[in-house]
Amino acid sequence: MIAELGLAALWLGAALALLQLALGALALGTRHAGLQPALPAVAVAQAVLTGIAFLCLVALFMRSDMSVLLVATNSHSAKPMLYKFAGTWGNHEGSMLLWVSILAAGGALVALLERRLPMRTKTATLAAQAAIAIGFYAFLLFSSNPFARLNPAAPDGQGLNPLLQDPGLAFHPPTLYLGYVGMSVAFSFAVGALVTRDVGPGLARAMRPWVLGAWIFLTLGISAGSYWAYYELGWGGWWFWDPVENASLMPWLAATALLHSVTVLATRNGLPAWTIMLSVVAFSMSMVGTFLVRSGILTSVHSFAVDPTRGAFILGLLAVYIGGAMALFALRIGTVQSGSPFEPVSREGALVLNNLLLSGILVVVLVGTLYPLALEAANGTRLSVGAPYFNSSAGPLALLLLLVMAAGPLLRWRRDHPASLAARLAIPVLVLAAALLLVVAFLRPISLLPLLGLVTAAAVGTASLAPLWRRNLARTPLFTWGMVVAHLGCAVSLAGMAADSAFTKEVLVSLQVGETRRVGPYSVTFRQVSEVPGPNWSALDAELLVQRGSQAPFVMHPQSRTFTDPPMETNESAIATAWDGQLYLVVSAPQDDIHYPIRMWWKPFVTLIWLGGIMMALGGGLALLGRVDRDVFGWRRRLAGRAA
Amino acid sequence: MKAPALLKAVLMAALLAVAPAAAAGRYNDVQLADPAQERAAKALMTSIRCVVCRGQSIADSNADIAGDMRGEIRERIAAGESPESIRAWFIQHYGDWVSFQPRFTEASAPLWLIPALSLLFGVALARPLFRKRR
Amino acid sequence: MRKLVVWMPFGVVAVLLATFAAGLLNPSDRAVASGMVGRTVPAFRLAGVRAPDQGLETGYFADGKPRLLNIFASWCGPCVAEAPVLMDLQRAGVEITGIAVHDRADDLRAFLARRGNPYSRIGMDPEGRAQIAFGSAGVPETFVVNGRGTIVYQHIGIITANDVPIILAKLRRAG
Repeated sequence: MIAELGLAALWLGAALALLQLALGALALGTRHAGLQPALPAVAVAQAVLTGIAFLCLVALFMRSDMSVLLVATNSHSAKPMLYKFAGTWGNHEGSMLLWVSILAAGGALVALLERRLPMRTKTATLAAQAAIAIGFYAFLLFSSNPFARLNPAAPDGQGLNPLLQDPGLAFHPPTLYLGYVGMSVAFSFAVGALVTRDVGPGLARAMRPWVLGAWIFLTLGISAGSYWAYYELGWGGWWFWDPVENASLMPWLAATALLHSVTVLATRNGLPAWTIMLSVVAFSMSMVGTFLVRSGILTSVHSFAVDPTRGAFILGLLAVYIGGAMALFALRIGTVQSGSPFEPVSREGALVLNNLLLSGILVVVLVGTLYPLALEAANGTRLSVGAPYFNSSAGPLALLLLLVMAAGPLLRWRRDHPASLAARLAIPVLVLAAALLLVVAFLRPISLLPLLGLVTAAAVGTASLAPLWRRNLARTPLFTWGMVVAHLGCAVSLAGMAADSAFTKEVLVSLQVGETRRVGPYSVTFRQVSEVPGPNWSALDAELLVQRGSQAPFVMHPQSRTFTDPPMETNESAIATAWDGQLYLVVSAPQDDIHYPIRMWWKPFVTLIWLGGIMMALGGGLALLGRVDRDVFGWRRRLAGRAA
Repeated sequence: MKAPALLKAVLMAALLAVAPAAAAGRYNDVQLADPAQERAAKALMTSIRCVVCRGQSIADSNADIAGDMRGEIRERIAAGESPESIRAWFIQHYGDWVSFQPRFTEASAPLWLIPALSLLFGVALARPLFRKRR
Repeated sequence: MRKLVVWMPFGVVAVLLATFAAGLLNPSDRAVASGMVGRTVPAFRLAGVRAPDQGLETGYFADGKPRLLNIFASWCGPCVAEAPVLMDLQRAGVEITGIAVHDRADDLRAFLARRGNPYSRIGMDPEGRAQIAFGSAGVPETFVVNGRGTIVYQHIGIITANDVPIILAKLRRAG
């Protein structure tokens, strides 16, 4: 019954999306302009229905209803409740339903909250949002029905990939999807404004909270995904340049560029064409990311389903939406007025450089991820592109970007004097020199990229605080605080990356019970192994006694788990966090009866990587609050003032 | 201490695709004594692709053959072979695909040319935005 | 000129989508082919299953007779499915040599007793190094080695009855 209810709600939601598009298209004409007020109601109803469909699927997973094909193939009755719940979107159909639900919710929020844009532009935006939704409804209903029945019902179900049975899974995909779908709203705003020839600061102000919100979720999603890979894959790495990771990084890069250019459009009426292009690119990258993951076209640790017909369907959607938006851009961008001019040394100039460098990194990641695919399709040549390429190509661009980031906020809008910029940068440059001396004097040997990373992090961290100097901190606007915190977060993250790559101590050993090894500041004693049964796995559990200097010793328990449904072995690393880094322990199945391979890492300041990510998201949150406060409530206050 | 027998049985029965824990190579998961050599070996491992995994390097893989390849690399480094000569050996055996560090050839040139040209193009696009300084 | 520039993003998207379409139409061949085909058998020397048994080494090849080299293991499920086909090939007069990867003598003996032993010689490759030297990525894989000791063909995965004619043709040409 629940499955049928869900399916019915999904069909109704799809029908309403169609209605929303048709009404919108009609209302944009002169004769039926009176239809415009109906659109928001339709958008909200569509979101409610799709939300119901999603909740139905959640209920089916929580109840382990094995008469539903999707539940039977992706869940198991013996699975812990949290993973039954999270399993709803741990598969192809469920994740696409989640995507559509969030998409519809985004449209409903625009319908309810957006009050400043001209009615016509809002109508065009809602119609564009409906057009996107229709494609994904069709995809769900015609090629990925999550509610299909299985007759007869399966007894237990086949289970969920053990790597995905992790608390990280519960939050990682929804976070990324919130980001992707936030970008869809920015995309719809851009398309709407192109249709109604209304590109200007008003559009930028309407779009900005969505871009900020989406960017926050993407930042959190990527940080969480990175931490998840770090502790789950068991090799101490936190970024693998894996195609699926790249697929989530590309929208983030585009969104970061957009975030900065939208500010120029909002405050200085500059860069209109760039802003429109970037909002199209950012959502395109979100869809490309979904396509890459869902089509199984790229080989990756993370890819779930390999299904060419589904791939072809999403490819068709990409062609319609991205191709359509790019064609609209080409046809209409000529009507957009070019923005106010500015000098090379100015805030705008730095932001243009920011956009260029971010786009450059985006191209590196895009080409590195897709070129092997293109080459193989073209002439069968196979090559692999991995960390060495990405680090050496994107790394220098990223360092340059951070230097621009340090200088940008210290520049005035429109024009500034190079000499006064130099004066404002004096302290960061001193810090840079001091850091360089310190690192070279005390921390050698160190290779070039980590050295540059550490030194840049110190200088950029200092410079990012500079906008607060000699200011009344209490009266500094929230979004300035947001910028400072986010930029500082970049420096913190960079410091973590550089410290991890330069100073990590790795100890790979084969130990017998009773043996002790040192790693970094810790001594680790292998005390015993035992067998631990879990709900759907059994584990080899190693007990290691860990002591640092004269501090109290404590016990850590890495495990090597063997899952039964489906059969698979995973390493559960044990991680101890100290203020200055993490101790990371992994045990594998024994080589003979007495020697256990144990991998130990001491990773100084590795936590800064994710702390920086959180700071960036927090900075985004502060900026969002500041903008909403000024743009939305400030506008209401002004309105109330005028009425009074 | 005996390894848990039940666990081993489960392993054998359920994981047909996973080799039983027969004698693994000495250096598969144990480092070289010389830190400089180990660093060189590790750097090479992170850029050699695991042939049975999906997109992981042999430095981050639990697959048996990845372990064997780590052992191969450590032994060769210990014997004084240069990392690039070992990489060439792997490429000879498994094709260019096995190296995560593409060589600059006619076929791979676009990997660098496309980003470089895009950046130049972007600079050209951005130039008219700037007003000449008076 | 400006017209060309504004349509460029559209062009880039078209190229991108064409790439995706091509990738979907010809899904990547995920098997990793050996680069050793066309080269001579690499240097290796492996012990036999147990003390008196003869092992396998480079010098065994290149005596004028073409052979198969089957890379397998007793713990490998698909190898069980392949065993009867190898037995048929052996009965048809094909010489099959084997490299047992990550195997143990007891397990291997039991496997051969149960599934039949088509091998003229078996080399034990406990550390999988010979497998790597042949550029093999998994089990089972089979190489055709000609009489001059050159690897002329690689078959990845199980040899099924359907593959037998190709294998025999390759052997004939190798002779």
